[in-house]
Amino acid sequence: MGKVGIIGVGQSAFVRGYPGSIRELAFEGFKGAMEDAQIKTEDIDASIICSAPEYDKQRSPAGVFAEYLGLIPQPTFYLESLCSSSSTGLKIAFSLVKSGLHDVVAVIGFQKMSEISSAESQERMGRGADIQWESPFGTMMPAYYAMFAKAHMEKYGTTLDDLALIRVKAATYGQINDKAVYRKPVTFEMFSDPESPMSGPVASPLRVGDCCANADGSSCVIVANEEKAKALSKKPVWILGVGAASASVNLAGRDLFTGLTVAQKAGEQAYKMAGVTPQDIDVAEVHDCFTIAELMAYENLGFAKPGQGRELIKGKETYKEGRIPVNVDGGLLSKGHPIGATGGSQIRTIVLQLRGEAGEMQVKDPEIGLVHNIGGVGLYGNVTILGR
Amino acid sequence: MGKKKKEVDDRFRRFGTVSFTSITKVNDFIDYLEQGKVMGTRCKDCGLAFFPPRADCYQCLNSNVEWFQVSGTGKLVSYSKLEYAPVGFGEDLPYCIAVLDYGDYKVFGRIADDVPEEEIKVGMEMKTMVNELPNGQLNYIFKKA
Repeated sequence: MGKVGIIGVGQSAFVRGYPGSIRELAFEGFKGAMEDAQIKTEDIDASIICSAPEYDKQRSPAGVFAEYLGLIPQPTFYLESLCSSSSTGLKIAFSLVKSGLHDVVAVIGFQKMSEISSAESQERMGRGADIQWESPFGTMMPAYYAMFAKAHMEKYGTTLDDLALIRVKAATYGQINDKAVYRKPVTFEMFSDPESPMSGPVASPLRVGDCCANADGSSCVIVANEEKAKALSKKPVWILGVGAASASVNLAGRDLFTGLTVAQKAGEQAYKMAGVTPQDIDVAEVHDCFTIAELMAYENLGFAKPGQGRELIKGKETYKEGRIPVNVDGGLLSKGHPIGATGGSQIRTIVLQLRGEAGEMQVKDPEIGLVHNIGGVGLYGNVTILGR
Repeated sequence: MGKKKKEVDDRFRRFGTVSFTSITKVNDFIDYLEQGKVMGTRCKDCGLAFFPPRADCYQCLNSNVEWFQVSGTGKLVSYSKLEYAPVGFGEDLPYCIAVLDYGDYKVFGRIADDVPEEEIKVGMEMKTMVNELPNGQLNYIFKKA
């Protein structure tokens, strides 16, 4: 069996209040990927539509999108794993192509979070946890991740200042990414300035500045078998490794509170399949829905030993010029987190990096990149390794 | 004669500030809360302890479980104090969610409002108590042991 390549990537700008319907939003990411791949809709054999459910009135968006994007009568289906939906989509597309069932598959991720209010959104997100036993206590995503932050601080001495540095890095690159929803700078001092919105409490110990920006957005990744990828693309990027794992939805079923086991397990699988080690990764996108999530990702992916993630950010090792550049597109924190679109956007960033087309955000000559995309509070985890 | 209405056992709608579930095979959990007891289940065949309680054992693939009381103290694993709440929980603010480790199992819940935040320490021993909410709903909370 041959390799599987990525021949086209696209994303919409991530924005607040997208002025259009969800099918129109999906078109934006799709258009970008189709122009990038320079193929026609009839070249695509199947489409996978990915988002977190319950944000839209539209049930079963796959059929609606396939028609709007000119992808009928080819097969299409809807897929979800919360915030990791579109990297799960990539894994399924990989297996559809690898099996020989299809030659070219489009993975389209989207989310229009502004269909509902922020409080309603928190309630929906909270219901991505255990609705029978946890949600009745009034849970929400920032509070769950805050519990991990607290546990990490207690065990390893990680500080709020360490976490602030991660947000400052995200904003450094969000400012130069024209797709980012949050384009403003964030300074370290803002976190100790009571006048700054960044310092406002959300769920202790996390502050506003520790939390990612909700956004509307779409992404698209087009995957092809080796023969088609070589024929259609000048610079295919190859999928070298895919890993995925799940964990107990209820935190009562977890043993680790200073990291995410799904990231550890998915990472081990992906490294093994790709035949590489953490030291081989030249550029990475990690799921920084909260600052603590990026710090835990450093450790769970083997970029740092457990408890030493803070040293990476303090030494600026995860900046563009550092040893292992992470989220040099602004990450979820500044680029924004339109749930179902996020994984595809992370994959797009790494593909552009490996092709040397990341513009101002370009890392020097990367050969191997990694994408870490998490669903729920470490409920689902996908790690994907890409190479030139 | 009017149609006889079928009785629905929806006791679980009383769980927590807002319950998102009304019907479950472990509805007796609510009756136990009314008696002041927080209960988990244990598989009678393999002895595996479940909290939150389950009606079914995935190891033995049967439903041969018995209730046991969450008693003694557990260690506080972590917690967070919420300053914002999801829809339906705003009147409870601020409140702390937390996890206690009892060894054989862990319990996810809230810390009692009367425990001052400066006294909350990861690793401290706490006990799980039944609590009636102002709206008449039932949950359980963690108090200092």
